[in-house]
Parts: sequence; C-alpha cells; structure tokens
Amino acid sequence: MEPTNTGEPNYYHRVVDCQWACPAHTDVPGYIRLIAQGRFDDAYLLNRESNVFPGVLGRTCDRPCEPACRRGRVDGSPVAICRLKRVTSDLKGDIADRLPQAPAVKNGKRVACVGAGPSSLTVANDLMPLGYEVVMFEKFDRPGGLMRTNIPEFRLPDRVLDEETGVILDMGVDIRYNSPVDSLRALVDEGYDAVFVGVGAPRGKELDLPGRYEDPEHVHIGIDWLESVSFGHVESIGRRVLIIGVGNTAMDCCRTSRRVGADDIKVMARRPREYFKASPWELEDAEEEGVEIVVNHAPKRFVLENGRLVGMEFDVVEWDEGARHSSVVDTVIIPCDDVILAIGQENAFPWIERDLGLDFGDWDMPVVDTTTFQSTRPGVFFGGDAAWGPKNIIWAVAHGHQAAISIHQYCQGEDVAARPHEAMKLTSTKMGMNEWSYHNDYNPSPRQQMSHVELTRRFEALNLEVELGFTAEQTAREAQRCLNCDVQTAFQEKLCIECDACIDICPVQCLTITTNAEENDLRSRLSAPSPNRDQPLFVSGALPQTGRVMVKDENVCVHCGLCAERCPTSAWDMEEFTLDIPYASGVRHIPVRSVGAVRS
Amino acid sequence: MPSITKPLIPLAPLAKNELGLTIRDYEGAMSTLCAGCGHDSVTAAITHAFWELSTPPHMIAKLSGIGCSSKTPTYFVRGAHGFNSAHGRMATIATGAYAANRELTYLGISGDGDSLSIGLGHMAHAIRRNVKMVYVIENNGVYGLTKGQLSASADIGSRPKKGEANVIAPIDPIMLGLSLGATFLARSFSGDKEQLIPILKAAVAHNGLALIDVISPCVTFNDHEGSTKSYRFMREHEVKEVVADFVPLRREIHASIPADGTRVVPMHDGSIVRFRSVPEDYDPRDRSRVEEYIREHQARGEVVTGLLYVDESGQTPHQMGHTPATGLNKVAFSDLCPGSAALEALQEDFR
Repeated sequence: MEPTNTGEPNYYHRVVDCQWACPAHTDVPGYIRLIAQGRFDDAYLLNRESNVFPGVLGRTCDRPCEPACRRGRVDGSPVAICRLKRVTSDLKGDIADRLPQAPAVKNGKRVACVGAGPSSLTVANDLMPLGYEVVMFEKFDRPGGLMRTNIPEFRLPDRVLDEETGVILDMGVDIRYNSPVDSLRALVDEGYDAVFVGVGAPRGKELDLPGRYEDPEHVHIGIDWLESVSFGHVESIGRRVLIIGVGNTAMDCCRTSRRVGADDIKVMARRPREYFKASPWELEDAEEEGVEIVVNHAPKRFVLENGRLVGMEFDVVEWDEGARHSSVVDTVIIPCDDVILAIGQENAFPWIERDLGLDFGDWDMPVVDTTTFQSTRPGVFFGGDAAWGPKNIIWAVAHGHQAAISIHQYCQGEDVAARPHEAMKLTSTKMGMNEWSYHNDYNPSPRQQMSHVELTRRFEALNLEVELGFTAEQTAREAQRCLNCDVQTAFQEKLCIECDACIDICPVQCLTITTNAEENDLRSRLSAPSPNRDQPLFVSGALPQTGRVMVKDENVCVHCGLCAERCPTSAWDMEEFTLDIPYASGVRHIPVRSVGAVRS
Repeated sequence: MPSITKPLIPLAPLAKNELGLTIRDYEGAMSTLCAGCGHDSVTAAITHAFWELSTPPHMIAKLSGIGCSSKTPTYFVRGAHGFNSAHGRMATIATGAYAANRELTYLGISGDGDSLSIGLGHMAHAIRRNVKMVYVIENNGVYGLTKGQLSASADIGSRPKKGEANVIAPIDPIMLGLSLGATFLARSFSGDKEQLIPILKAAVAHNGLALIDVISPCVTFNDHEGSTKSYRFMREHEVKEVVADFVPLRREIHASIPADGTRVVPMHDGSIVRFRSVPEDYDPRDRSRVEEYIREHQARGEVVTGLLYVDESGQTPHQMGHTPATGLNKVAFSDLCPGSAALEALQEDFR
C-alpha cells in the first residue's frame, strides 16, 4: 500500500468517527473534554459553532454520531453523545456576551428566508454577523418550524427552543410571522439579493384505503395533528387510538395521544421490528408509557358504522427472509376511536411558479446542486427537508451552513462552486514524560442511563419534560467513556528503531510492523484479526532499519497513548486534531480554545 | 513507566487457548524498564509462547537474580510462581526448586551480568547437570542498572556510550554451553519474535536445560553507533540461516520428513522441531560442526541466530538419580526421611 497521507484532513477526520458521521461535523471529543473539565460554557459554544442548536439537538437529534462511535465497537455501547450535548445546554451560565452579534453597519445585501425552521435559522445565524439584512417569512406565529410544531413539548420544552431561536432572531432578523409565501415570483420581484427556501417537507403522506374520507374527524395526518396539539387547537382524542406507521413521528403521535386522553394505543407496523424507522430509544420510551407496538399488520380498510369510524381492518402477514415478500395469513379488525397516519412526509411546492427558470426534476422536486445548494435559478437556494426530502434537524443545520457560504459568495460576486476548503490543526498533547493534556486512561464504566419522570406523574401536563438530564455523577462518568479519538496517534517513520515496544504494549493489538503489501494481504497479517473493512489502515513509509512498514488498524484503537509512552524515540506522538470547518464568516465565530505550538 | 496500566479492553472476540485463557491472562504488571527496552519484547515473546502452549500459569515457576533482566518476571504470567534471588544465584535456586518439584515448568530469566559475571559458576553447573529448565539470558552487553558499564559479553572493539572501546575478550554463552555439554542452545534477537517464540516453545518441550541467548538491546546505554548489541547492528549483522519451527505434539502428527533436506528433531514430549532453510552442511546435532559454524560467522563479524544445537538424548538430574515420577514435594515425609533406624540400617550396609 502507498504510505498514508495524514497531511490530508480527511484521514484524521475519519478517525474521529462521531465527527465524521455528524453532518455538521461537530467536534464531539472536543466538547466532551470541556464538559469533563466543567467548562460548560465553552462546551456549549463549541457545539453551537457547528450545530447551532445544542439544547434542541441534545434532546431530539437523530444521533448519526452514536452508531458510528468507536466506543460502540469496543464495549457495545456508544458514548451518550446526545445526552452530553444536553448537559452543555442545561449547565451553561450566562454566555450572552460570547454569542455572535450583528454589526451596526450593514453590508447592503438583503436575503429572504422562506420558513423559520432549522435550516433558515442557520442561514441567518451565519449571515447576520456579516452584516446581511435577513428577512424571514414564517407561516405560523412562532419560530422553529418542525422543531416547534412536530416535536412535542414533553420532549423539547418551549423555553429551550425559544432561547436558541431567540439568539439568532435577536441579532436583528426581520421575521414576519403569519406570513406564508404563496408566490416565489412575487418574492423574487421584491428585489432580494438572494432567496433561501427552507420550508421543510410539510405534507403528511395519505393512506388511500376504503373508508379513508368517510369520517375525516377521526382520521388524522400525523404531522398536522401534532401541529394542532402544539398550537392548542386539539386538546383531546378518543380512548382507543391506532397509529399507522412506525417512524419517529409515529412515536411522537402515540406518546402525545397518551397525554390527551387515549389509554389504549397501538402502533401498527407492517414489517418486523428490526425494520422500524423509529430510533430504538424512542420506541423504548413509547413502550415504557404503555404503548403497544404491533408488528406484521398491513392496513386494509377503515371500518365504519353509521358513518362513524369504529376500527380498522388489517392483513396479518408473514415475511420471508430479509422481509422482502409477505404473505397474508389472516385478517383482523382492530376496534378504535381514532386513527393517526404517520407514514411519512412529502415536499410540496405549489407556491413556486414553474416558469421562473427554476427546474423541477423527479418526484416534482426542485433540482438543487448537492454542493452549493443552489437551484437552477441563480440566487435561489434550498436547504433542509425542502432540498431533498425529509431528513432531520442536524442535516438541516449542515445544509444551512453550506447554503450560507453559497449565499455569501453569490452576494459578493464570487463563484458559488469555488468552495472554501477544510483545514486541520495538529497540536501535540505531550506535557512531559508520559504526561498528556488529555485524560488517556480507559474508563470501563457502562453507558449511563437517562432518568425519566416517574410514570405516575408523567402525564399530568402535556408539556412536562420526560427526560431529566444527567446528574453530575452521570455526566462525569459518561464523559470519561469518550475515547478521545481526536487525539491522533501521529507516527514519524524516520525516528522508528523497530524495537516493538508499541506493538507489545497496545491493549487492542492494533499495531503491526511487517513487510508492505497490497491491502488484502496486509490485513491478513496483522497482530489481531481485521474484520472491519470500513475502517482504514494507516501504513507508514519504509522504516529506516529494515524497510518494513508500521501498520495501524484504526478500527478499535482506544487512543490511550501507551504506544507513545513506550516509544523510546518519540516516533509516536499523541496529537490533538482540530478540524477547521469553513463557514460563511470564514473563521470560527468564537474562539473557545487557545491552541499551543502547532506542528508544521 | 507508563502513566496508566495497560487497560483491559473487553473486545468481544479475544482469542482463547485450550485452557480458555486469553493472552491477557498471561501478562503481568506494567514494565518499569526504559521505553524501548529489548527485555520488554522478550517479555512479550514469553507471554505469547506460554499462551500458545496453553501452559497453566500455576504450573510455571519464574526465577531470576538481579539486574534489569531479572526484573522482568514480574511483567509476565502473573499467575505463576516466582523467586527473585540474590545476584547470580538464579541457577542455584532453580536447581533446588527443580529437585523438590519436577512437575513445574521452570523459566529462569537472567542477564549477561547476572549469568556471565557474578553467576557464571552457578550457570556452568546448572548446564552440566542438565536441570530441566528454560534458561534465558537477556544479553545487552552492558550493566544497564548501574548506568552502562561494559559487561562480560561485550565484543572486542565495541564502544560504550562514553569512554574507550572494549579490549577484553567476551564470554559467548553458546560456545560456553557447547563445551559444558549443554543439550539445547539457541541464540535469538528481541526484535524478532517470529524466531524467538518458536524457540521458546521448543525450549519448554526440551528434556533438559535449554539455554537461549537473546540479544536484547539496551536502548538507553547500548543502542548507539559503535555498539555491537544495538538494534541497528543486529539488523545489519544477524544471520538467520538456522530456521526452526516448533510443531506441538497435538497439532501435526503426520510430520513427514521432506526430501528438501529439512531436518526434523523429535522432542522428549512427542512434539517436534523442524529445521528448514538450514545450510546443507549444518547439523544441529553435531556439536563440533555447530561450533565451527558459529566461529566461521563470528570471524566475519556476523551473529548467527536460531536454534543452533539440540540433543534430546541427555538425561535430567531426576533421571540420573532415579527419583519418583512425581515431585519429591508430594512424597510423604516419612518416606523422604524414614528415621534414624533406617539410617542406621543403611550405614550398616556399608560397614
């Protein structure tokens, strides 16, 4: 194999599995170390830099980081990254003077944002400090988009959302509530320098089965129903409720039903449990609240008596291996008072005229460049669910950052396709003989469990937050479970004397000195089996004494630094990797860490 | 020493040996030797060898004297018996322990100071008695624990870190062993576990004293330019013409003797050592040829490594003394010491 080019930021970035998996590339190990030091303000601000809504995401994120977390490969349970994010929000002090500010003198450019959801708010967050004037159009009377309307308050309290949207809006965003945009042409004609469309995927999917429209009062579209509950338009539901679909919206619907009067709630799934879209922890929470999850039931028709919904008929199915084909084994009618359809969301752009030079492609979706987020009409950008269909909040934030870069370049007359590059800093963590600026010992604690409000009290109020957050002890323990994957094992082959000390000490046998070969051959000759081909091999250049190479399997390195401690020549060093993520403002908004000597 | 102990990471598929133990069960305390010390690699090789042999830890006795090398038994097989004796007395303690309990596997760790200076006489007598033990000399050519003076194994012309080059002739433990009638002689290099681990395994199987001279560089006091016991010198001057594989009894009974000149030496316990890529005129059972071969290479400044000499026909002290098959420690006291009446009867026989 060719020697690994660790000078290219993506190599070390990929080693930091959580940061690599996060669409916004949040510096997870960095903020967890700040938490461990009790520096909650700094930890919050470091989060905010990339993901903008730490308090919201610390409760609601889909957590792509956690399945990626190396700790999961080591002891089976990833670090509770999301819960620790919430800790930063819960325990931070007054940070008002460290938040981004808009300059008094504007740069003369006006940007319209359609929708006040996470992607639009991120665009405003990035552009306001640069002097842009941002006008935001929101169809409801409060900001937040789906964070407001679709996530129930018992999961995300209003005060948390208000605070984090407020930070952005208070920079002077010209937000216009109750102002749905019904014509893009009219908006464009108002002469904005750029338009950002962040309207989400606002239409719940229909289930066109017999009887669907005969008792419309008792058959609800999930996201619309949640919205109505959120705005206080709906305060009750029947005693027996069926939820069709088993995604995260279904989980919010069943748990909300439990709080507005239902006590016999069934979530009806067509497929077996391992194919559910809902996050496992949301399923657990629902089941804890007495919701029944029913698998292998395919809806067939709505059952009505005298025009009133009384139940639903289902085919009971069996699936083949891999759950591709099903066969019907029985048919049942399950009685109910209400049905909530939660089988997905769609985009809808009835308000965009089709003769604006803005092309629509497959499934009537706008054609949007995947890098620049620009539509085929220059100056009109898309992001969040509006761009490529439903994802989740953290993706919307990532889109917002990228769209803000495009809008900034577009407004400054630069090529939007010429993107700023990511860069990295590597800082040695060596403080002295076997002393490091990070805590390198492995903590064998199991993943800490979130405590919940007792079931007897949980349903007293619709807005009673269920999760209580981590205690100080839990926080300390969980922070120590992080393996500091961003503290990289940096190797300089010219210093190596091939004494084998690093190989002998490595607690996971991830190092090997051997003759170079192509990857398959190398992987077959490592100190320990190399089952995970998704994780790269580090291969050094030829070692000075024998011409062999140092090979490191990145899969389960726990970054304990023992290789560097046992190295007599400092060929190994533990170097903290910092990814410099480009934003519209070019640099980090808030310096949260001082960087010492940087190795060139 | 490291700031933390080597953490026990519960990676799911840690391989297990026949006893159900993982390699971590054959480790010991954290090493306090200098980072990069060759002795730590020997420790790792011993850990591997015992794990692969599935030797029960409680059936191993680790013995040592004084010196950096003699500290290392603490760093492997924490479940084994151990005795850290006076300087140079490892061989005597091993002889005594072996006399009392022949059932344990004895592993003596010594250094060039412990065995070739202060303990040379004890080592010589353990060799000629053929005590059944593995005798490892971690040979680095200097007294590391006293800051790097040249030892008795330093080659003529070898330079210490400070001062003049050596002018006194070295003691070569292999040549010494050949002259004392040793039955198993090997030389290896701490930086070459692929060679060292099979030699260690064969040594455990050997019926008698197995002497392994391991060149184990002192990274602090003898790893510089001009040293003949440095990592670089060994990599440039090591000759590995005698390559031996250890084939345990259980694995490969049908070990046929191939036509390509590979030599097979059956060991006492039924396992075999298979020599491959051995020079045609080399016979690891021919004492004088082995001596000549080593001298030829020494004259060229080369260090021959490998399992150099093996003779399975030798007898252990217990065989010579016709003692019981079990350890003497298991023989009842009344049988070991039958009393004054029995003594008098015995003496009467000689009158």
